[in-house]
This record gives sequence, C-alpha cells and structure tokens, in this order.
Amino acid sequence: MSTNPAMPHSTSNKIQRRPFVAELLSRRNGALIVPGLGSPTWDIFAAGDSPEYLYSWGGMGLAVPTALGLALAQPSRRVVVITGDGELLMGIGSLGVVADQAPSNLGILVLDNESFSETGRQRGLSGNRADLCAIARGFGIADTMHVTEQGDAAALADHLFTKPGPVFAVAKIAITEDPWRLPEKDGAAIARRFKIALGVAEA
Amino acid sequence: MPDTTTTHWSQDVFREIKARDIETVCTIPDGGLIRLLQMVEADPKMRLVTLSTEEEGMGVVTGQWLGGKRSMIAMQSSGVGNCINALGHPTTLRAPCLMLVTMRGQWGEFNPWQVPMGQAVRPCLEAVGVKCFPVDRPEEVGEVFAAAADMAYNGPLSAAVLVSQRVIGAKGFGQK
Repeated sequence: MSTNPAMPHSTSNKIQRRPFVAELLSRRNGALIVPGLGSPTWDIFAAGDSPEYLYSWGGMGLAVPTALGLALAQPSRRVVVITGDGELLMGIGSLGVVADQAPSNLGILVLDNESFSETGRQRGLSGNRADLCAIARGFGIADTMHVTEQGDAAALADHLFTKPGPVFAVAKIAITEDPWRLPEKDGAAIARRFKIALGVAEA
Repeated sequence: MPDTTTTHWSQDVFREIKARDIETVCTIPDGGLIRLLQMVEADPKMRLVTLSTEEEGMGVVTGQWLGGKRSMIAMQSSGVGNCINALGHPTTLRAPCLMLVTMRGQWGEFNPWQVPMGQAVRPCLEAVGVKCFPVDRPEEVGEVFAAAADMAYNGPLSAAVLVSQRVIGAKGFGQK
C-alpha cells in the first residue's frame, strides 16, 4: 500500500475541538492562557474574549517558551498553553527547558489532530508512531495525560488548571470544519491589554 | 604576578545587568561567555535558563516582559541564525529583546564552519529590525552593553551587542 502525504488523511479522533476548548476554558479558574498560533487561537476566541488570552497569529514553536517566561515571571498565577501538534513539534526541545526549570504553575495542552490543518490538512508527525506524552515524560515532565473522549474535558481541566506543574496533556481532536473566528491581530494591542489585565502595566 | 587591577569585560557587563534589574539570562553557552554565565549562576537573585535552541529565548524573554520582568539572552554568533524568524515574536508584540552575542567566524577564525554565519550576523539581524552594537575593545563592552540595554527596554525594541572575536580571542584547537 502506498500513501500520498500530500492528500488529506482521516483519523479516528473524535473530540470536537470548539465545544471541548469552551468547556476547558469555563473551568480555567483564573489561569492565563497562551494559545499557539492559528486554530487554537481561533478556538479560544470563539469561546469568548478575555484580556487574559494572549492570542497568537505567528511565532510557530514559541508558545511553550513564551508561557515558560511568563510562568517564571508570575509564579503566583497559573499559566496554561493550548497549542497544536505541529506548533509543539517545531519547538519540541522547549519541553526539556520546561522540565529543567520545573515551574509548578505551568500546564501544556496539545490539541492533536495529527495534521497541519491551517495549511491544507497535510499529514503531521503525531499520527503514526510518535507518542507526545512519552516524549514529554522523556524530557522529564512526569505528569502527563492522554485524552480521546469529549467527556474527558472536566478531568483534563483539573489536570491542566489545578495539579502541581509542570503538567502536560494531549487531546486527540477530530479534523473539523469550524467557522472562522478571528480575534485582534495587532500584537502590541494584545500584549498591552494582557499586561494591564495582569497588573504589570497601567491603562 | 597576575594583574589584579583590570576587570574582565564580563564583570562590566554583569554590573550593568544588575544595575538594570535583569533577573533572567537565557542561553546556549559559548566559550566566550563562561565567566558571565558563572556569575549569573552564582547570584541567588538571578536565574539562568539553559535552552535547547536559541530561538526559544525569543519566547522566554517575551513571556518575561509580559509578566513584568526584565530578561535577556546570551549566545554565540552561530545561534543568531536560529533566531531570525523567532525575532518577529518580540517585535510584533512590542517586547524588548536584548541579545549578547559572542562572535565566531570573524577574526582569525580557525574553523571554517563558523565563517558563513559569523559573517552574516549583522546583516541578518538588521534585516529583521534588530539594532546592532558591535564592540571590539574589551574595555568598551560594559558601556556598549549598557547603551544597548537602555535602548531595548526604553523602546521597547530588539538590540544585539556583538562582542568581537578580537575581544574573545580565536579558539586555537591546539594549533600553533
């Protein structure tokens, strides 16, 4: 059998990302959210706007390092990354940096649809043999969670938003066609609003 | 008898780091940074963040600034090439990114593999809007670093201090 990597592929993933992310955020308990670029940012904005969401339109691979810098600067605030499989893999070594610094206030969630969904649903690297939770544990992030069901959102929220960090999780999400929901794209405006909400800049 | 009257440029830079409340230094280490990194590690009020690749530093310093803290990155010139796309991150968010770069491939380099990136550091950084502050005299590194740091944090903008291989000394690999 041959496969054409340029063709869209199908997976058995079931989780519907938009309602799943909305349920997670309803349980975020004041956490600061650092989304990866693209679809996770659209999912988060679709669930409702907040100045505590650091929307991203670029910087692929930098969601985890950005959240790490923030978590170290604000040890009394929970910081949670919600990103995609391709975004995480582009900065996969940053899991080693997180494990080394070991911030107890950092959680990382990968919405894993095993595809580069923003650019045409080309096949990604997490759908075949790679195990992202095993990779995270290999770097030294001991507490990981792998979820495959829509009904796992409450347990996943508890893992991400309340357990001592750093914690890591993968949610196997379906490839879905969701309406565009695009937030502010001026990075300076996003950052300024975020800093004011955090109390480190004046309005 | 060793000369104890002069200070190493690393001490001058460390003094300026402390004067500006920079608490976190991200790094992929370089031989030219040994003394500075030792001083950072020895300071209980400072944090050294060892990276797996230099572009992660653009994320960490941006996150630090979002959280109200000052930080910077120290690296070898070869690491600059890894940072180019990532430098769009602090630039777009209007975050300061202060870089201390020890140069290779520039002055009496023994290893030709260092030359292509070493020669391209300044044009690459300037192409993505980073202000460059080259310095080739050891006694001037501290004040050049201070000037670059003040411009970075007051901007906010991205600034790179390029410490010449003439200051560091060309690595010899045991060659005569």
